Amino acid sequence: MPTIQSFPLDAYVVAAEFLGSEPAFALGDGKVALVSGPSAEKHGVHSGGLLAAARTLDGDRLITTGDDGRVMAIDASGKIDEIAVQPKKWIDQVACGPDGTIAYASGRQVFVRFANGKERVLEHERTAAGLAFAPKGLRLAVARYNGVSLWWIGTDAKPTEFEWKGSHLGVTFSPDGKNVITTMQENSLHGWRVADGGGHMRMSGYPGKVKSMSWSAKGRFLATSGAEMAVLWPFHFKDGPMGKQPLQLGTRDQIVSFVACHPTEEVVAIGYRDGMVLAVRFADSDEAILRKPAKGGPISTLAWDKKGVRLAFGTEGGQAGVIDLAG
Amino acid sequence: MTETQIPVTVLTGYLGAGKTTLLNRILSENHGKKYAVVVNEFGEIGIDNDLIVESDEEIYEMNNGCVCCTVRGDLIRVVEGLMKRPGGFDGILVETTGLANPAPVAQTFFMDDDVRAKSRLDAVVTVADAMNLLTRLDDAPEAEEQIAFADVILLNKADLVDAEKLAAVERRIREINPHATIHRTERCAIDLTKVLDRGAFDLERILTLDPEFLEGEDHDHDHVHDENCGHDHHHHDHDHAHHGHDHDHDHHHHHPRHDESVFSVSLRGGTLDPNKFFPWIQEITQVEGPNILRLKGILAMDKDPDRYVLQGVHMIVEGTHQRPWAEGEKRESRLVFIGRKLNEQALRKSFEDCLVAA
Repeated sequence: MPTIQSFPLDAYVVAAEFLGSEPAFALGDGKVALVSGPSAEKHGVHSGGLLAAARTLDGDRLITTGDDGRVMAIDASGKIDEIAVQPKKWIDQVACGPDGTIAYASGRQVFVRFANGKERVLEHERTAAGLAFAPKGLRLAVARYNGVSLWWIGTDAKPTEFEWKGSHLGVTFSPDGKNVITTMQENSLHGWRVADGGGHMRMSGYPGKVKSMSWSAKGRFLATSGAEMAVLWPFHFKDGPMGKQPLQLGTRDQIVSFVACHPTEEVVAIGYRDGMVLAVRFADSDEAILRKPAKGGPISTLAWDKKGVRLAFGTEGGQAGVIDLAG
Repeated sequence: MTETQIPVTVLTGYLGAGKTTLLNRILSENHGKKYAVVVNEFGEIGIDNDLIVESDEEIYEMNNGCVCCTVRGDLIRVVEGLMKRPGGFDGILVETTGLANPAPVAQTFFMDDDVRAKSRLDAVVTVADAMNLLTRLDDAPEAEEQIAFADVILLNKADLVDAEKLAAVERRIREINPHATIHRTERCAIDLTKVLDRGAFDLERILTLDPEFLEGEDHDHDHVHDENCGHDHHHHDHDHAHHGHDHDHDHHHHHPRHDESVFSVSLRGGTLDPNKFFPWIQEITQVEGPNILRLKGILAMDKDPDRYVLQGVHMIVEGTHQRPWAEGEKRESRLVFIGRKLNEQALRKSFEDCLVAA
């Protein structure tokens, strides 16, 4: 039987991530709560609101951005560093890449910060709405209006532009690096083959916007929120998900607000608008209730620890916690 | 639901009309409220407010086959970001650039589900320059659109023109927009309760399509029909002066309308057959959507005890049963379109075809 350790944090939980063995919660009030033992301690990081957070690839630090124009880093011990500042800008996108590289965005500018402190600005004609690093190499995808721009950030080369009409909001690379997928304003996903920008995968049918995407172990499925169930598009076929039925798991009368695939097993954790969290196995759709519907509003974030034994969650209304599947 | 939706006021106005003056006034006045402000550039805002967001106006076409369905993509992100802050402000002010058409801003609050869930469009407030508005209306379509979309119009720099010119400007405004509330101002000096929390897009709050009525007892002081009406000999102003009378013919006179001019069409009738009316309004807004800037209606449906209220921006139309018709209240239907190239005769005829035969 899973056990839940809860923390009322009184602020929108923007992101949960495990730093080592304990979770960190990035909060809309500009603070980061670090769990240590039975309690969560809040650390002031931004002077205004905190807009986005991402964990470094080594898993040691949480990078946060805010409407105070700052890019900050915090580690599990509570040590806070300022990485960069863009006065008066809202920095609402951040992604972490290999070798300590950090990308963050404000309006039409994307800033790439290398570990040695060098910074590069990538200019776009439209707002950078989403950022994702490719799994290998210094390649960055920027979701924008009418498509996605792919930059080799280590070179001065112009970006490769993949076009598709409409407003692209979020972006992710498949773990094998072969596909790039965006979420769109029009309640759908769009995918391209990275090799040539072809393949145009159109995944639609959602009643609402897709806010959350998560790749399953080995990248076989892309799990998504936005419907009354988790929708998982198969990517292990030669042509990707085209012409295939997606897996539909955890169907309820509530919209799925967040999804997080288990790091090793074919299991997805599904968070709903009413605060419920389910874990569902792909093979037989077997469901386990991890959190019953509760106060605190929609689930806004979920994160597994490395082993896939503990699941951190947060809600829009400021509830957070850790679910231990081992009990 | 409504209590948790943050009100959004859109401030528009052509270059130099005085928008920034109004914004500074709102931010500096001691009203005990805190506003988040979305501006195109920090520019001349003289107020230190940590909730001022600079945002590039980004117009997105919705990829739904509707050419007039445009939204402000940047605004969606800013509203989402603001909502992550805990209870730190009472409302959002969005200042558009002087050359902006207000439609995408307004439509954002209809078309994006997330924005809709968390905020509500309160009113479009347009600052107009009494000296230059007539010229602007002739040469700048955006200036016309800003007047057409307005719920509240501040006719600013009113001290710089004479009474005759002021009356002419107001007549022209009325041709374009018969139901906005007009306030004459100097340097945007105005009681902010007349600008903020208007509920202009709240269907529950549509009382009548007569602007005078909306202002209640205030209208003697701040509405356009003050002492100048007495000196005015154009017949349509008399119609306004006796509110409750018909405004149908407001736009027929005075101004040589060119093909692209914005004007309004007011329709009035008795009880409507819903089985005819809804398909009709659906078709009109589908076909004429790009030409319709705004529409508003208070309608009496056959065999329906409730007032049905309706509003729209381009192709987007929403309606609701508002409240039962009051005893003694005349059950009549009124519908006002503001737009370009509207075929008034055809609209009137087809609207009348939806009426239940008396």
